[in-house]
Amino acid sequence: MHEGAKNLTYHSEQLVRELNEISRDLRLDVLEMIHRRGQGHPGGSLSAAEIVAALYFHHLRIDSSLPDWPERDRFILSKGHACALLYAALARRKFFPKEELQTWGHLGGRLQGHPDRLKTPGIDMSSGMEGHGVPVGVGLCLAARLKGLRYRVYVLVGDGECQGGVLWEGAMIASKYKISELVVIVDNNNVQLDGPVHEILPLNPLVDKWKAFNFATLEINGHDTQQVLGALDAAEEIHDKPTVIIAHTTKGKGVSFMENQAKWHGLAPNDEEYVRAVSELKGGLKE
Amino acid sequence: MMKKISVRKAYGEALADYGAVNPKVVVVVADVSSSVFTSFFADRFPKRFFNVGITEQSMVDVAAGLALGGMIPFANTFATLFLRALEQIRTCVAYAKTNVKIVGGYSGLSDFKDGPSHHTEADIAIMRSFPNMTVMEAADAFEVKKMVPLVAEHDGPVYLRISRADMPVLFDDNHEVEIGKSSIVRDGNDVTFIASGMMVSRCLEASKILAEKAIDARLINMYSIKPLDISAVEKAAEETGAIVTAEEHSVIGGLGGAVTETLSNKCMVPIERIGIADIFTETALTHEELLDYYGMGVENIVEAAQRAIRRKRR
Repeated sequence: MHEGAKNLTYHSEQLVRELNEISRDLRLDVLEMIHRRGQGHPGGSLSAAEIVAALYFHHLRIDSSLPDWPERDRFILSKGHACALLYAALARRKFFPKEELQTWGHLGGRLQGHPDRLKTPGIDMSSGMEGHGVPVGVGLCLAARLKGLRYRVYVLVGDGECQGGVLWEGAMIASKYKISELVVIVDNNNVQLDGPVHEILPLNPLVDKWKAFNFATLEINGHDTQQVLGALDAAEEIHDKPTVIIAHTTKGKGVSFMENQAKWHGLAPNDEEYVRAVSELKGGLKE
Repeated sequence: MMKKISVRKAYGEALADYGAVNPKVVVVVADVSSSVFTSFFADRFPKRFFNVGITEQSMVDVAAGLALGGMIPFANTFATLFLRALEQIRTCVAYAKTNVKIVGGYSGLSDFKDGPSHHTEADIAIMRSFPNMTVMEAADAFEVKKMVPLVAEHDGPVYLRISRADMPVLFDDNHEVEIGKSSIVRDGNDVTFIASGMMVSRCLEASKILAEKAIDARLINMYSIKPLDISAVEKAAEETGAIVTAEEHSVIGGLGGAVTETLSNKCMVPIERIGIADIFTETALTHEELLDYYGMGVENIVEAAQRAIRRKRR
């Protein structure tokens, strides 16, 4: 367990087991979608499965029958390339029919190559170009204050995304206005498109950077559902500053040959690889 | 000599006044509130005012978030500095179709004293090429006053271009503006000026000189650059047979580009384009002197009209 994760709230084993099963199912959905389409980003989708499962199947106050409910919690997938994961979660939460996942990337369909708020029910903000989620989240939180609404905003960013300046501008603004309704989650999988983050442009000390920007920081194992749930709860208890959850994850998590490999950032598995990946994931939960 | 009023100050006053009418209006600004006079809004509505420092890119994204939350944000900085945030404007405002009003101050050469780093020659060309984006430019203080509620009540992204200058007064409180429309400042049948912003008053002066030479020029104030008032443009081409566009912007891709593109679809007539040639400008002691030096003088406009008329007679 990472430093900072020691005093987190405890959730029942049953909930954790259920969410782990959902995480596995989301991973299977993601691989099926990417394999079917022959396009997509498996690495950064697989690394965030527990985070998205904890948010969409437990933590977020959302209602698929009211996708525009003004008081709903907002989720911004700032690392928009992981949209297969989000689409799968939205389909399983019945924002649209699950069969529609098969139309991902089809011309005229509602599921674009990156999230599009105008086309897909349940998408709170269009994304795709890295770096927008944090400042957009700040604006959403400022609007909530002005309107007297109590929603919270969750922004999932990649670690590579933390190389861009706009994210840090947004972080400064969040600090200025003490936006405690904003929770940034870093999917810290250590690998970006071109290679390991520490080789392309080192980020460490990443936690200290966020501390220096006056964020409350929580550091967890992003594949440990108990810790993910605990950190999301802990962030709700912080009332004087925004929170960042640094979730240490593994790129391509759950598929041995994809793990920690930059080549699987944006590559679809062939038929043989897909069969292997599915068999590994289906075996994974029995351990 | 026409009376002059500060357009940026009129904008600031109009925004603050409209803030009292519409509680959804919020202002974000990147450390230039005393320059673009959003300070007036800040004084009256401090809770709806967010000065985010020199973070133009984030400012646009914050504005997009405010719009997603149901507010009507006016994002403010100098027109040139918005070029820094073009990807944000494209992705989070135009593409995401958030209800953000981008207000580019100190436009064109109006920040004469600060030099070419602060001059803006490309903003209209870029902004009008973004789908979903409406582009407007105010020709005087009364017009900008009417534009503030208009763009606020328009559901969708708007780029509003505002000069730093004290501009000659052309209109009064009865002036009306509408998105996709234009106004005829002077009617005539020999040639048509299609102008925006500061160039409207200069074209009006040119048309008076032309009148002395028995040339009857029409002057269209094309304050809505996108959507363009296509019917006014086509009518002018048909009825006057020659067009002169005039803008405080590059001759590439701005109002002149928009008019030429439009006419190329239907009825080509001689078109002369007044604007900044494809060059970077220089610092000067006055705005007027810069406009004259770079080919946007009244004499240049008169000559362009005469050229256009000669071309149609060939």
